[in-house]
Amino acid sequence: MTAVTQARTPVVAPDPRPLAGTGTLVRVGLRRERVRLAVWVAVLAGLLATFAAALQQAYPDAAARQGRAAIMREPSGALLSGPGYGLDDYWIGPMVANELLGMLAVAVALMSSFLVVRHTRAEEEHGRLDLVLAGAVGRRAPLVSALVLAVLADAAVALALALALLVAGLPLAGSLAVGAGVGAVGLVGAALAAVTAQLTWRARAANGLAAAVVGLAFVVRGVGDVRQAGGSALSWASPIGWVQQMRAFVDLRWWPLLLVVVLAGVLVAVALGLGRQRDVGAGLLPERSGRAAASPFLRSPFALVARLERGAVVGWAAGLAVMAVLTGSLVEGVLDSIAADPALAAAFGATGDDVVLGMLSAFVGFLAMAVTVFAVVSVLRAGREEAHGRTSTVLAASVGRPAWLGAHLAVAVVASAVLLVLSGAAVGAGAVVATDDPALVGRLAVAALVHLPVVAAFAGLAALVHAVRAPTWTVWVVVVACVVVGLYGGLLDLPDAVLDAVPFALVPAAPAEAFDAPAVLGVTGAAALLSAGALTAYRRRDLVA
Amino acid sequence: MPVVDVHDLTKSFGAVRALDHLDLSVEAGEVHGFLGPNGAGKTTTLRVLLGLIRADGGTARVLGADPWADAVALHRRTAYVPGDVTLWPQLTGGETVDLLLRLHGRHDRRRRDELLERFALDPTRRARTYSKGNRQKVALVAALASEAELLVLDEPTSGLDPLMELVFQECVAEAAAEGRTVLLSSHVLAEVERLCERVTIVRDGRTVLTGSLADLRALHRTSVSATTAADTAALAALPGVHDVRRDGERVQLSVDDDALPALLARLAADGARGLVATPPSLEELFVQQYAGAAR
Repeated sequence: MTAVTQARTPVVAPDPRPLAGTGTLVRVGLRRERVRLAVWVAVLAGLLATFAAALQQAYPDAAARQGRAAIMREPSGALLSGPGYGLDDYWIGPMVANELLGMLAVAVALMSSFLVVRHTRAEEEHGRLDLVLAGAVGRRAPLVSALVLAVLADAAVALALALALLVAGLPLAGSLAVGAGVGAVGLVGAALAAVTAQLTWRARAANGLAAAVVGLAFVVRGVGDVRQAGGSALSWASPIGWVQQMRAFVDLRWWPLLLVVVLAGVLVAVALGLGRQRDVGAGLLPERSGRAAASPFLRSPFALVARLERGAVVGWAAGLAVMAVLTGSLVEGVLDSIAADPALAAAFGATGDDVVLGMLSAFVGFLAMAVTVFAVVSVLRAGREEAHGRTSTVLAASVGRPAWLGAHLAVAVVASAVLLVLSGAAVGAGAVVATDDPALVGRLAVAALVHLPVVAAFAGLAALVHAVRAPTWTVWVVVVACVVVGLYGGLLDLPDAVLDAVPFALVPAAPAEAFDAPAVLGVTGAAALLSAGALTAYRRRDLVA
Repeated sequence: MPVVDVHDLTKSFGAVRALDHLDLSVEAGEVHGFLGPNGAGKTTTLRVLLGLIRADGGTARVLGADPWADAVALHRRTAYVPGDVTLWPQLTGGETVDLLLRLHGRHDRRRRDELLERFALDPTRRARTYSKGNRQKVALVAALASEAELLVLDEPTSGLDPLMELVFQECVAEAAAEGRTVLLSSHVLAEVERLCERVTIVRDGRTVLTGSLADLRALHRTSVSATTAADTAALAALPGVHDVRRDGERVQLSVDDDALPALLARLAADGARGLVATPPSLEELFVQQYAGAAR
């Protein structure tokens, strides 16, 4: 009997045609992504063309351009731009390569990461991949088709960026190098997301992990570039550093591009290898049983939201701490150069101590912008809770609407306070080696809280957007605009009126600047108003799900 | 006073009219079936009753209060099981039940454990690993272990296996025996037939029928099949007799409830053998109402 059955069982070859159906999946993917990708490509190319034109207009003569080059030589300039090739004869080409290439690379790496996660882990998390794999589709096809999509998207971005530069009147070779470099970093972002999508079972965690690595890659090369003009060993530890080392428009070399492509290939191989080790829908980390009963603390909306945000807060804390220590350690180089050339101290300001304190305060301000992004993401969780129908469950269990949205706000603000204190302390800790001043740790930790009202105001704005059911991109437009102007406003030569109006500039950069009670109270009032408006508006509307 | 008293309720989503002058009345202590085809407005009505959305017009009272204005206070006395249960993927089933019960207010710890047992739910597993049926069990345990006076259940058994469906029916019967009121939206007609004293059928946002199951049956014809040589034309001439057909020796017809005695007397006089009288099945009843054929 058994023998007969066995004889009739058709022999299935192990993993036959693992890529079957890839072409179809790519076409479906393009169909789903066509608007989103078109917007990404158009916005990136448009921004690059606009910036290139604006820079040419703002710096018509060599003297003005050398003034800008001097800013780029400063530590904070190098941290946010690049290794500084071509600063001695600064014109529009090196400006683009030095100042814009890194940011574009970050943006395209994020675009590619999110794209890959959207077509792999997100599909898996929502159970749609089961439906796809139930068809005549190979086991590797979803991941490979997502990567093909990313290659197409990155190629489109690369071409569009090169075109934008050509239209702005820049030479062909450099334009192609910038486009290709950005596209190649995009490939690394895609391959990186392919790996993180294997590790975690949730799309958000996969996105967050990939974004954290991309952010770290930018900071690592920034710290490397501050350490040494033209880049130090640390600059070469980041693929974003590699494409900046192509020296586009200055002394172009193509071989660093090869490193980027090889890294992407290695990451893809790792992702495919990891993918073989796991079941559909599962992460690589094993499922553990949890508690049979809730802890006594889990009894309020606040406790629930805090529990849900726990993982995100821990992740942000780890990422911010690393970045803060790295940036804090930058003062060493500045102190060294002042020690070598005391005349420099006069150029920087008064004494070496003031320079250091000013730099560290500015770094804490940069990190406060990152904390703002956390706070907005955290409050917008309320939108996902509602879309998934869980808000209905909570409200039906005798929770008032202000209590529910208020819990999201409160968790975001409390966690932001913790992250700010941690960031300040870590910046101080990073600087201790150079300054030999442990008291700085506590001082910066407390001073970082000066930014809390600004963070809370953005959290309130996010809550208001959710409460009135405005699309979430509206709050992101405001956040990104404020961050870009806050970080780059000085470099972009925007009028002082604009620079001073950016929320991040409303509070003093403590401890370098004196505490300014009216300013801080004013921003606190704005945060309270936005939050109150959100809670009121949220009472009045229908739930969507 | 009815526990749920809905009158003339309207609600539009953009151009779509979800509720169109809908009426619903649920008496204290009854299990009330809330029926209708997909998209009839059942879930929209329940969401109005929970204060999750606000009606455009008409009145809705739950336990004598306004479900929109008094939502929080009302929810201490009401428990809800949504049709499509989504849970926090990182919390375990046990944690979720505890959380919902604590947010709800009054609840019975012993009953929670007993219900977890009866529904055979492993409380240590994280919600992301639960099937649809298991997620539904979490919501059911949380609702049934609460001390709510009113249970609002939106297709609560759509993912349960037949054994668990029986457990659910027992639990609802027990809740009713304790004097709790149950508003049950369902597509499982056998379940409605077993549990509900009264039903309301809605279609296109309007109430098309409401009453006790016995009354509803009475509104409909009994089908009769008899082996008789009687003249079909003569039978068809009787008041209340319809659709007379001859099929060999057998005659098939349908008859209004009040005309049944006269028909039986006639068939007996004609010497009918092998008489079968079938009351309308609930399914026929609903299919007729859903399709709108009997309106």
